[in-house]
Amino acid sequence: MVEVSLGHNLDPVIVGPITRHMLALYCGASGDHNPIHVDSDFAKAAGMGDVFAHGMLSMAFLGRVLTNWVPQEKIQEFEVRFTTIVRVGDIVTATGKVISVANGSAELEMHASNQNGEVVIKGRASVVLD
Amino acid sequence: MINRDFLGHSFPAREVDVERGRLRFFAKAIGQTDPIYSDEEAAKTAGHRSLPVPPTFLWCLRQEKPDPYDYLELLNIDLAEVLHGGQKFKYHNLCYAGDKLTLVEKISNIYDKKDGQLEFLEEELTVTNQDGLLIAELLTTIVVQHREKPNG
Repeated sequence: MVEVSLGHNLDPVIVGPITRHMLALYCGASGDHNPIHVDSDFAKAAGMGDVFAHGMLSMAFLGRVLTNWVPQEKIQEFEVRFTTIVRVGDIVTATGKVISVANGSAELEMHASNQNGEVVIKGRASVVLD
Repeated sequence: MINRDFLGHSFPAREVDVERGRLRFFAKAIGQTDPIYSDEEAAKTAGHRSLPVPPTFLWCLRQEKPDPYDYLELLNIDLAEVLHGGQKFKYHNLCYAGDKLTLVEKISNIYDKKDGQLEFLEEELTVTNQDGLLIAELLTTIVVQHREKPNG
């Protein structure tokens, strides 16, 4: 039975520390071969200091928060903004909260933070409750 | 500056196969341990006809073309200046391993902030399956940062 009461916090997904190996796996699996995420020479030349995680990897962690909570076919909308870069060594905590329940659907606030409490990705989702 | 003439530019529709092994690899890469995303039997027991494509993987299918950055070349944007600013998904139906999806991409918005130091490119992507069923609509926001680089 899915908990849909207002203010309910979804079980977090905690991942980390983020390793270069994780970024390499995600590069191959996602098809996002942008070298800035796996080639530190390229990242330095681009002025980024070092490689950093794909934003969509953090969104995938948030996606796990949702599918751990409801069957995937219940998810209607899911959107985020990428606010802070996730670096190698960071620990990412992804979670969500029910902020409204109306007309057979629930609205969720979704976000992920790093180990310093900085929000790395934030957004929302809506799920149907039938 | 990005040439604003490309506002509304559509790319030719293309077909993409959803590969079972690729979905298993993706599940591993994101730490997804729910067996419905990697084990065909578990997926079927849960009522799916095959492994479901997980919520964010639809964006990855967009990369399935000989040059996934062809739009950057078209718009004369340097890959090293590009960041993914935001991502929206609107879901209509699940899709599965073995499906053949049709992807249609369009540049829906181009704008800038901070006197052009930051430019934003929005791309719409519509995904339908082999039966013509609408799967999802995606909106990708790409940020182009015109920043100083070390040693020029």
